Amino acid sequence: MRVALFITCFNDTMFPATGRAVVTVLERLGHTVDFPLEQTCCGQLHVNTGYPADAVPLVARFARTFAEYDAVVTPSASCAGLVRETHPALAEAYGSRRLHRQVAELAPRVHEFTEFLTDVLGVDDVGARFPHRVTYHPTCHSLRALRLGDRPQRLLRAVDGLDLVELPAADACCGFGGTFAVKNAATSGAMLADKVGAVRETGAEVLCTVDNSCLMHIGGGLSRQSAAVRTLHLAEILATTEGGRR
Amino acid sequence: MSAPGDRGVVWLGTPPFPDAAREAVGDTRLRANLKRATTVIRDKRLAVASELDDWEQLRTAADAIRTRTLRHLDHHLLRLEESVTAAGGTVHWAADAAEANRIVTDLVRDTGEHEVVKVKSMATQEIGLNEALAAAGITAYETDLAELIVQLGDDRPSHILVPAIHRNRTEIRDLFAERMGAWGQPAPEGLTDEPVELAEAARRHLRRKFLTAKVAVSGANFAVADTGTLVVVESEGNGRMCLTLPETLITVMGIEKVVPSWSDLEVFLQLLPRSSTGERMNPYTSTWTGTTQADGPSRFHLVLLDNGRTDTLADTVGRQALACIRCSACLNVCPVFERTGGHAYGSVYPGPIGAVLTPQLVGVERASSLPFASTLCGACYDACPVKIDIPRLLVHLRAAAVRARRGAGRLPTAEAVAMKAAATVLDSPGLFAAAQRAASLGGRALARRGRIGRLPGPLRAWSAERDTPAPPAESFRDWWRRNRQER
Repeated sequence: MRVALFITCFNDTMFPATGRAVVTVLERLGHTVDFPLEQTCCGQLHVNTGYPADAVPLVARFARTFAEYDAVVTPSASCAGLVRETHPALAEAYGSRRLHRQVAELAPRVHEFTEFLTDVLGVDDVGARFPHRVTYHPTCHSLRALRLGDRPQRLLRAVDGLDLVELPAADACCGFGGTFAVKNAATSGAMLADKVGAVRETGAEVLCTVDNSCLMHIGGGLSRQSAAVRTLHLAEILATTEGGRR
Repeated sequence: MSAPGDRGVVWLGTPPFPDAAREAVGDTRLRANLKRATTVIRDKRLAVASELDDWEQLRTAADAIRTRTLRHLDHHLLRLEESVTAAGGTVHWAADAAEANRIVTDLVRDTGEHEVVKVKSMATQEIGLNEALAAAGITAYETDLAELIVQLGDDRPSHILVPAIHRNRTEIRDLFAERMGAWGQPAPEGLTDEPVELAEAARRHLRRKFLTAKVAVSGANFAVADTGTLVVVESEGNGRMCLTLPETLITVMGIEKVVPSWSDLEVFLQLLPRSSTGERMNPYTSTWTGTTQADGPSRFHLVLLDNGRTDTLADTVGRQALACIRCSACLNVCPVFERTGGHAYGSVYPGPIGAVLTPQLVGVERASSLPFASTLCGACYDACPVKIDIPRLLVHLRAAAVRARRGAGRLPTAEAVAMKAAATVLDSPGLFAAAQRAASLGGRALARRGRIGRLPGPLRAWSAERDTPAPPAESFRDWWRRNRQER
């Protein structure tokens, strides 16, 4: 199986450790991971801000870059959702028939990281050790676009030493929403305050998600309150094998 | 074809959503009222929806019925007109709010009456009927308890189903005590904020109206084309009073409310009460077919309202919004609505469905901030009993809002320029890597102890509430190139 990592533009720039963690876990499980350097961005920023036509070259680039791979793995539920649901629609509306065919063929081979582990590789226990109290926030797109269900929790429960504590009102949106956090800053801030309060209530040392975008927003709120909660992408927990800090 | 300006719907003078929302979010009493109310309804809805094994099949059926009916709407409306007329009713067609108001005002004038009682109705809110009647010297009395609260407070509805959701019972007590007298029977002395006492005060106040009114105005939840039967579902029985006691009944209904047959209606009557009030069945379901001798109103008029609906129908993606049955489940689950309340939307249709319906009814350029009033979290889509893909419609209308700005012939906005630049950079791995290095340098210069705090200018809004981590020294692609790339 030829596996490619789609890091996403945001993780590439802001959270390279997440990409390294995905590579670590997949290699530990015996797979070779490729990172085609022609990749950039799925176009979500443009689509969700109202500029779908500007995203079309990015859709074409994505389809070109990953065409030859059997599986494309990405540590972002949000971007995986956009590629699978919106790329075909964009290609149909704005692209050539050939692009639409390419995109439609590729979309089912694009997997969010925890989906890939549990559904494609059939693994719950990736051999990680992380002796910490952890809570998990299911991001909206992981919950309601990809329908990840309990896949992330299954992976976390199999981690040696990890104490998974439930997050109150877990399925409530954190208020990030991309440009929503800027365009509707007050409302976003009110939603963030409730999420930060719920996270602190758990007494967890670490908050993890499968989307670094939401996690950066919640982490930023925790940091502003000087809360002693670290934020980590779930992949980084799964990559850890020895006790203590990564 | 009507001009969008004649369509009512939006309240002129309401600031764009972000500004109105900022004010609402700062109102702690409002937020407490909303949180309490939405949480209760939300839990009730989940409980009664999960009782039905075929809930998902019902949603799929409702979606299919609506899609099919909207596709042949002209046909179903003409059949409805035929069957209503055959049953003794009179059908009127209104292209917009102004025409609908003119028709209703003339019909009331013809009766010689100066007062009408009203059943809770979104369509008449949408067209501003009460104001139009008042201008003609006719007083409209709202008889739904929550609409009465809104009317007494000279207020605006903030929720489709619970228009006074922004009020708590102490505020309602004060309103009743101060204002009821000006509208008729005053509230009893020493009224407390106990729900039983408040309901009794309203009952006494309204009973007088029911017994004297000669004309009633209603909306409709559904109309069955096969038989010409109108349907109103409600909880209080006040609607039933209005629909049966007066001599003349005038119903104003949006053209999308038609269902072909009673077997189609059955699907919606299972979905609507469970989705709206969280009840298995609503207490009162009134149906009437034209007029019946010596039983109920002897004159029945049906006003079929377009007011932007055929324009909406022309958009093959956006038309999904017309499937809405006004249950307001999407409002109750929406994290944005829970913080801002309904007034911030500046429309009689607030919340997620309002954010996709309002811009289509009045033209996206008149409500261009509404499609952006969402995190696209998807809770509305999951809750919608007729499966309207609201997040997809929001994204669709965001593009329409951007196009409308561009079409206005103004210079490109800063956002449009930035988006174009981002698209160019992101379509070139070389430019992207260079931009990453620049962002890393800039970000790290701003950071203290790995964190970027409050920032001025365009980043003020983001950084007011949250820190940003300093960008890493090396992007993933640079790390990969250095460590993994085969040379």
